[in-house]
Amino acid sequence: MNEAEIKERVAAFLAEHDPSGDRLEFLRARFDAGLAWVWFPEGLGGLGVARELQQVVERELAGTPQINTGVQGIGLGMAAPTILAFGTEEQKRRFLRPLWTGEEIWCQLFSEPGAGSDLATLATRAVRDSDEWVVDGQKVWTSGAHHSRWGILVTRTDPDVPKHRGMTYFVCDMHAPGVEVRPLRQITGEAEFNEVFLTGVRLSDDLRLGEVGDGWRVAQTTLMNERVAIGGAPVRRGGGMVGPVLDAWHAHPELRTHDLHQRLLALWVEAEVTRLSGARLREQLVAGQPGPEGSGMKLSFAKLNQALSGFEVEFERDLGYDDWTFRRSEDVDFYGRGPGYRYLRAKGNSIEGGTSEILRNIIAERVLGLPSEPRVDKDVPWKDLPR
Amino acid sequence: MTLLYSEVEDELRAAVRGLLADRCPPAAVLKRIESDPHDLDLWKTLAGEIGVAGLLIPEELGGAGASASEVAVVLEELGRAVAPVPFFTSSVLATQALLPTGDALLGELAEGRKTAALAVSFAASPYRPQRGSSVRIEDGRLSGTVTGVAGADVADVLLVPVDGDLYAAEGAAVEVVPSLDLTRPVATVTFEGTEARRVGACDLAGVLRSGVALLASEQLGVAEWCLDTTLAYVKERHQFARPVGSFQAIKHRLADLWLDVVRARAAARNAVADPSPLSVAVAQSWNAAVAVHAAEEALQLHGGIGMTWEHPVHLYLKRAKSAEIALGTPGDHREALASLAGVPGPE
Repeated sequence: MNEAEIKERVAAFLAEHDPSGDRLEFLRARFDAGLAWVWFPEGLGGLGVARELQQVVERELAGTPQINTGVQGIGLGMAAPTILAFGTEEQKRRFLRPLWTGEEIWCQLFSEPGAGSDLATLATRAVRDSDEWVVDGQKVWTSGAHHSRWGILVTRTDPDVPKHRGMTYFVCDMHAPGVEVRPLRQITGEAEFNEVFLTGVRLSDDLRLGEVGDGWRVAQTTLMNERVAIGGAPVRRGGGMVGPVLDAWHAHPELRTHDLHQRLLALWVEAEVTRLSGARLREQLVAGQPGPEGSGMKLSFAKLNQALSGFEVEFERDLGYDDWTFRRSEDVDFYGRGPGYRYLRAKGNSIEGGTSEILRNIIAERVLGLPSEPRVDKDVPWKDLPR
Repeated sequence: MTLLYSEVEDELRAAVRGLLADRCPPAAVLKRIESDPHDLDLWKTLAGEIGVAGLLIPEELGGAGASASEVAVVLEELGRAVAPVPFFTSSVLATQALLPTGDALLGELAEGRKTAALAVSFAASPYRPQRGSSVRIEDGRLSGTVTGVAGADVADVLLVPVDGDLYAAEGAAVEVVPSLDLTRPVATVTFEGTEARRVGACDLAGVLRSGVALLASEQLGVAEWCLDTTLAYVKERHQFARPVGSFQAIKHRLADLWLDVVRARAAARNAVADPSPLSVAVAQSWNAAVAVHAAEEALQLHGGIGMTWEHPVHLYLKRAKSAEIALGTPGDHREALASLAGVPGPE
């Protein structure tokens, strides 16, 4: 299918569905027409066509009701590609449509207090009980668990084999008895994250994603989709975190100094070359020759966001903060709040979704082919690992 | 506009890389630098057999009629090899100055029969094109000096910009001075009533800017060699019973360097696809610094051997540091961005 054909599709769809009518009905119809994510298979919100045609769809449907990519981020970016890759036909049909329309919000139950960068040491147990599983454990840093209907969950199902081999992946029913979500107030004052306590939670076996013991491989698919944050690269020059900094710079000529000017120019250049790398990466993807550059994008943005937001606080010389009120946020809104918030929140950019240290290891080993550090946990059953 | 390499460019790269691997390995460059650094035999083959000298020159004037993006690929390879050939000085800088005039000399340059140099200091920039020059013209004769001219020692013709015009001269005194970059010597050029032929008008700032756009690709090549060579070394070199490259302290530095090089590639491609003053200033302020950083990291991560004359890493450090200054420092280019990118300074 080419650009003209997909435009025809969208035009036909718009002729039959009024964007000014009911929002949810419109989104459901868009999914059913295969215009949700065109690279997904037919019947699952897509048309089985090239991914770059999605841009055409988005352009043609601008101005119609939109999904909320903020609050739906984990569902769209992590759960959906994992369900598509490992789900049964029934699971795909059950979960993908309400996930895309936003009727059901998703969260991700991976990290634990003792298992962050070393995720494979996780201890949340799932024990089989005929055609159900009983889950006990604690998860942490769960963004948006407080308004989620489903979670993607990695558990330990076999403690007698080495850590990577004894895990199993589930879809967790966040409304099931025994699921308790507690807010985790963070340095910005608000609570976008949660601790999730799982006590005797019963999940039926048809909520399992992938084979028993294959949880690590399934989780890798999720994490890869999280990290190839190509969407994070601003398309427009001066977009992204450099935008509000430039706005402030233009608004307050009286605060400019020579030192800040030099530093801002250097950051502007770094933002621009990072944006160009993102543009080059997108071209490679369209040409079907994905380069390894994607591995570095999140790393560059974390560093830039932190430097730029810190710069902005310093530039504005404002000792205040917009609002410390404890609140449960819907999603991360960098630009709706002040520079102090941006500065504090950006500190998480080098931790969430793989720390910058882990990402450097991945680049060093998988892109540059450098040897791994000696491992002391190899071939040791999980239950015998020191902790 | 694309930031990717075309198939034609990939083929050109393969041809140049193959020849350089044969004829210009780092050991050969090392051997030459103390006597006569320029490898004019290699230059003859590059110009004559691969046809690099005429890439920018239109077909009707005897060249290949290629674009800046092919020239950029050649420069990446020449940078990787720190090849001591006058491609950048003659086929890029001098040729670009000459192109608008359509002068017959272009045909000779295209075939590599003659080599030219632009009599402008390598320390000049698009923002201060006259830096280092005191040349005047009177009754068709040139007088004055230009310091830090690259490629002058092997040039058959000097192209001298004076007051918006370009002159061709053959009888100047060219005195090579010791230069930081051993593979691209600089010289002081002195004119003492030297006879000169006016060849046409010259937008010197524009010529230097086109040169800057392409120099970013040479710097990319230098950085790539440094990264690749260092990666190979830390995989081989063992300390504390394991490869040095398995230590996280080393891996993280190389991952960061790789990310800098990835961005340098995007910046270099952008500068040739869209050679606007803004793209060019971005590419040069980023790539010049990345090349220097890559060479410094390469030296450090090679340990003591990186400090020796026998190891070629010093050639790359010297090239990188000199090229950082050439045609504007990163700071000069960033300063230009203040108005180009709309980031004004204090009032």
